[in-house]
Parts: sequence; structure tokens; C-alpha cells
Amino acid sequence: MSDEKTFTFRNRWFTLSVGILVVIALLAALVGFVWVPQAHARSVAASLWEAICRAAGAPAPFQTAGLPAEQQQYPSSVIVNAQMMSVAGEGSVGHGATLAMACTMCHGARGTSPAGTPHLAGQPASATYKQLRDYASGHRVSAIMQPMVANMSDQDMRDLAAYYASLERERIVDIAPSDEQTPRLVRNGDPMRNVGACSSCHSPHAVRPATPVLEGLSGTYLRDQMHAFREGRRTNDINRQMRNAVHKLSDDEIETLAKYYAGR
Amino acid sequence: MLNNDTRRLVLAHFWIAFAAFFVALLLGEWQMYIRSPLRDWIGNPELYYRAVTAHGSAMGYVFPTLVAMGFGYAIVELALKQSLVGKRWAWIGFFLVVLGTVTAMVPVSMGLATVLYTFYPPLIGNAFYYIGVVLVVVGSWIWVALMSVNLRVWKRAHPGEAVPLPMFANLAGAYLWAWTSLGAAIEILFMILPVALGFKSTIDAGLARVFFSWTLHAIVYFWLMPAYIAFYTLVPRAIGGRLYSDKMARISFILFLVFSMPIGVHHLFQDPQVGSGVKFLHAVFTGMVSIPTLLTIFTITASVEIAGRLRGGKGAFGWVKALPWQNPMMLAVAFSFILLGFGGAGGLINMSYQLDFAVHNTQWITGHFHLIFGGAIVIMYFALAYDLWPHLTGKQLASGRLMRTQLWLWFVGMIVLTFPWHVVGILGMPRRMAYFDYSNPEIAPQAITVIITFIGGLMLVVSGLLFLLVLLRGHRSVRITLPEFRFSQAAHHEGRLPAALNSYALWLALMIGLSVVNYGYPISQLIALKQTSVPAVPVGSQP
Repeated sequence: MSDEKTFTFRNRWFTLSVGILVVIALLAALVGFVWVPQAHARSVAASLWEAICRAAGAPAPFQTAGLPAEQQQYPSSVIVNAQMMSVAGEGSVGHGATLAMACTMCHGARGTSPAGTPHLAGQPASATYKQLRDYASGHRVSAIMQPMVANMSDQDMRDLAAYYASLERERIVDIAPSDEQTPRLVRNGDPMRNVGACSSCHSPHAVRPATPVLEGLSGTYLRDQMHAFREGRRTNDINRQMRNAVHKLSDDEIETLAKYYAGR
Repeated sequence: MLNNDTRRLVLAHFWIAFAAFFVALLLGEWQMYIRSPLRDWIGNPELYYRAVTAHGSAMGYVFPTLVAMGFGYAIVELALKQSLVGKRWAWIGFFLVVLGTVTAMVPVSMGLATVLYTFYPPLIGNAFYYIGVVLVVVGSWIWVALMSVNLRVWKRAHPGEAVPLPMFANLAGAYLWAWTSLGAAIEILFMILPVALGFKSTIDAGLARVFFSWTLHAIVYFWLMPAYIAFYTLVPRAIGGRLYSDKMARISFILFLVFSMPIGVHHLFQDPQVGSGVKFLHAVFTGMVSIPTLLTIFTITASVEIAGRLRGGKGAFGWVKALPWQNPMMLAVAFSFILLGFGGAGGLINMSYQLDFAVHNTQWITGHFHLIFGGAIVIMYFALAYDLWPHLTGKQLASGRLMRTQLWLWFVGMIVLTFPWHVVGILGMPRRMAYFDYSNPEIAPQAITVIITFIGGLMLVVSGLLFLLVLLRGHRSVRITLPEFRFSQAAHHEGRLPAALNSYALWLALMIGLSVVNYGYPISQLIALKQTSVPAVPVGSQP
């Protein structure tokens, strides 16, 4: 017995035990690292390699390389907080109404227009104000808006925003009200893709500073802005909130969201 | 036959083990009491967690380690029939374990190391707690080395002979312990102690937990080894039967050696730092452990059946009635198997990646490991102590009735303790709660289960007390001339034993190889990952 060698392929105990273990380990690894991740990849539209890396526990970078680097150090020069807008007095609404004469061509006589521009009536003052500031500072790019705000003072922008916040949104007649169900992305988002629910910020009930109300906004405008965020053409969202939210959305999903909000 | 000084050595191990066990048992019951509706809340959760830390450290590290060590020394003399080599080293190992226990328990009782026995980084307690645990482990490493040396001495004197089964199994336990204790040792020495001693202020908690999982599961199989050795080498002899198969026994022990290591990540199923593929791999190998377990249940049941038929039992079930139910060893193995059955079934649920989501960190888990360790394993520790005691004291151990009462109480008490835990675990009661608000209408219906577990605990305390009483009476009993100590005989005289079943090289290679396959990637990836350390949370200092 003592001359019997264990570590040789002629010993059945050696070949069998090593062989069986290798087969079990390989099968388990195939299931754990390839088969299940493959099924997982299909459900979240990730690549197989991404799914395998995830199964192995190798963390993926949080943003995909598709997003361009920040043009500016900060996405906006506005400091957004709950107290950013003081309560506007009557006077400033009146002053804002005067300034708003320059806006009527595109945004409608009372802040609602079928021209494909965003409605300003009923938007929170902080949202309108932030966008005006971002146009002025170049954080948001628009050949039309930038000259419009070039000569406005900070107080002008606050007054204008307060004026539009005081108006009520009118319904555009030729857009049929949406009868479809609330999309899942609006209600729940998609946690597996790290997409938050739209309604957690954009809801008339969730009063968030500098967050626009999307209900009834032009579908064209919404679609264009989501594409701009996704492709990195628009970068004035603080902490990349919007870019992170939409960068995994497909064209179809963007279309559904734009239609849903436009019809409300 | 045991030499006199080996007797003293083994008795010292056993007595310290049982003393630690009894103190920890009282602490456990105190925890059951103060959080039950039977009394007002003590007002300070820290005291509760301090007791949990002491209970877990004593029950998990000190008690089973000392039992395995003492039993191992006895096996060397009883099975190899040679006197123990390195007695001085054995005493050094023993004193290291005792010193380590005291060193660890002082800061725990002062409330300076309330980190629970699983350490839970980034919690950082007093450095002496960890130093104490390291001393216990180092003491046990001396035992591992001595086991290996003694076998080598025997092999030199008996070239070509088959290693007796008790020693073969004993060495499997020793090697398993040496390899699995590395994980916690690395965690303490390289990650926790530098922080506890003040050289660092941050710790990579995720990596530390992975290292701990390296130890956390196989340590259970180290605890299990003395019980399994008793199954195979004491039970058949004690009840007048034969061991069904010696080879099957060896295969079970080497399978434990190979499969109990690369599976610890199933303790981290809900941890984000380990990938799901790695978790799946570990789940598969966890499932493989059921093979040596089922082999053992088959072999021991077959061995017991042999005893029943030798005693005149007939028919499909008649042999069960013919078994010597008056024999404490018979009762112990039956109880142990029942508890192992329930605990094992629960374990299969825990190791299933998806099912674990429902029970992770609930009272279900507490129920599971109390059934396995406190039930199946500890009840065999009792039985092997009863079996060895006359050979250690040279005196008769006559209180058969008391022993049976003790075993019955432990068995019933363990069921009364753990079954309600399983139920409320499924209902979602978290484990390690110092306090329940019974005035909350959601929680009020579960109050009764906490009272039931308290009653179960009370039965265990009484049983523990009886156990110590039986052993103490054994010391004061009449001196007898002892028959030679025998281990079980196999039913068939085994012919030639394959070299693979008489040595460990192949199985140790597979154990290490599988550990590298299953742990290599997650550990190296976590080490390479930057910015994963979090600020340590000191325990016991004033904020």
C-alpha cells in the first residue's frame, strides 16, 4: 500500500476526484457566470460582457462613456435650494408681466402656446428662473434664448419667473387628453437600470425647487430635451440627474414618455 | 489506555470547555428573559449585545475548540495506542486558549468590545478582545501541529498500515481548522487590529467580511468533527453494533474536508460587494456538503440497524424497538439525527440563493444554527463526555437515569427554543433584537413566541446543570478497573485500503485548490478596488 502513488493519472481515486470536482466547478461557473447573466442581460438590455462582469462582482463605471465630458466645471451657476425664490410681491409680478411682452411671440400671450415651445404658465418660479440664469451664463445653449436674456438683470429674471408662476396653464385644444395608463417608468422607474421614477420629482404634488411641471408640455419639446440629455447636448442638470435618468432609455421609451406628458 | 498526565490534560480541556459552555448558556437564557414580555425592558441595549458577544464568543470559539482539542489528545492515545508526543506543547496550547479566553472576555464584560462574535467591521472594539481571539486560535494551531506530529510518529512505527479511523477523522478536523481559521486570522491581524490599535482609522468592511466568511462556514464543520467522530467510532460500539462501513466513513470525512471550505460566501448572499456569479458558485458547493451528511446518516443508521438486529429485532421496524434505548449514547444519536434533520432542511433553504432572501438575518437563522450546533453537535459532545469520563477519571459513571433525563431535556428544550424562532423568522422577526415593543399591535401576537423560547432556554439551563452534575458525581464515584477502551469495529473486515483513503495530500490539495478557485477572484478584486474603506466605528468609547 505504501508504494501506491496517489498523484498519478493511473490512480482512479486521483483522476475521479479531480475530474468530478473540475466538472462540478465548470458547470457551476457556466451557470453562474454565463447562463444566468445572459438571461439577465436580455431583461435589462445590457451587453453580455457587462452582465458577466456584474456576476463576477466587478463594478461597472456609473456613467457610460457615451456622455461627453463636462464643458463647464459646474452644470449651472444657480444654487438650487428650497429658499432660492423669495415670496414675490405684487409689484414684481407686474414688472414680470411687462417684461413678458417680449416672450409672447413664442410662448403665447399668457404663457401657453401650441408652437412647440415649453409652457411657462403655472411653472414653479424657481424652474423658470434657473433656466433663464443658465441661458445667460451659457450653461444651457440656445441661439434664440441666449440673446433674449443677455440684457436681463437677476431681478428681471426673478420677476419674469414670478409672473409666469402666477398664471394658470391653459389646455391646448387640439391635443387629445391621454387615455393610456401611466407608463411604468413614470410610476416606478426601472431600478434594474438605475432609472428613478419620473413622478418622484416631476409631479404637481412633489414640490421640488427648480423642477418643471411636465403635464401638458409640448411632446416635440419633451422628446427633444430627453434626446439632448441622453446625447449630452444639454448639461445644465445638477448632479447629472436628468442625464443619468435618461441615458439608458430607448427611443421608444422616450416617445412614450413624451406622448404621455403631452396628453395630460 | 490513557496515561495519567494525558488524562489530566484532557480533563483540563473538557472542564474549561464545559465551564465556558455553562456560563454562555446562562447568558443566552438571560437574553431570552430580558427581551421577553415577562419583565420590563432593562433600558440599555448595550447590555444585551454585550451578553450576545460573550455568549457567541464562548460557544463558538472556546467551547468547541477545547472539546475538539481534548478529544483529539485522547484519540491519539486511545486509537494509536502510543503515548502522546509533545505534552509540554499541548499544555502551552491549552494555556494560550485559556489566556486568550480571559483576555477577550475582560473587555467584553467591560462593554469595550460589544462587536458580537462575528466582529462586524466597521465596528471596532478594544484591541484586547481580538488579541484574545488570536491567542485562542494560536493555541489551537499548536494542537493541529501536535496531531500531525503524532500521526507521523505512528506512521514511522507502523509503515504501510491503515491509520485507525478515529485518528484519520481527527486529522481531517485538524487540517480543516488550520486552513479555515486563516480567514479570520487574516481579517483580525491585517485589517481589524491595525485599526483597533490606532494605526488606521478606516477599514474595508466588505473585504473583511469576505475573509470572515472564509472561516465562518467551515468552522461549523470543525465543531461538527468531534460529533461525527463519535457517530462513527463510538456509537456502534456503545450500543453493541458494528460500523457498517469503514471506507464510507473515510470518504465522508474527506468530503467534508474538500467541500466545507469553498462555500462561505453563502453567508454574504445579501452583501453587495460579492458578485452574484460567485454567490452561485458557493451555493452549488454548499449543496455538495449534503453528500457527506447523507452518507453519514445512511452509514450510521445502517450501523444502528446492525445493533438492533444483533439484539434480536425482526422485520422492517422491529429492530428500532430492540435498540438499547436505556443507553445514553443511543438516545444521543437519535436526538442528534432528528435535530440534524430539521436543522439540515433549514440549511438547504438558507443556501438557496433566492429562498435566502426571505429568511436572511431573521430569527430563522438563529433557529437554524442553534439546531445544528446547539442541538445535533452539542448533544454528541455530552454523549462523548459520558463515554470518555470513566477513562479520564478512572471512576464509574453510574447515573444513567440522570444522563437520560439530561439528554431528553436538552432535546425537548432545543426544539421548544428553536421551532418558534423558525416560525417568527418566516414572519420577518429580525435576529439580534435587544428589545421588542410588545405594545405595538403588529408585534403583540408574536410576544407568546418569545415566552416559549424563554421556556425552551430554561429547559436547556436545567439540562446543562444536570450535565455538570453527572460529570462532578463521576469524580466522586467508586474507582473501578477499566476495560480497555475500544472504538467501533467495522462490520466487514476491510481488505486493502486505497492509499487515497489513508492519507490527506490529495484532499488537502483539492481543498486548497477549490478555495483558490472560489475565493481567489472576489478577494483579489476587492483588494485591488480603490476607495472601499469606510471610517471605523469605535465601540465602547464615549461619543
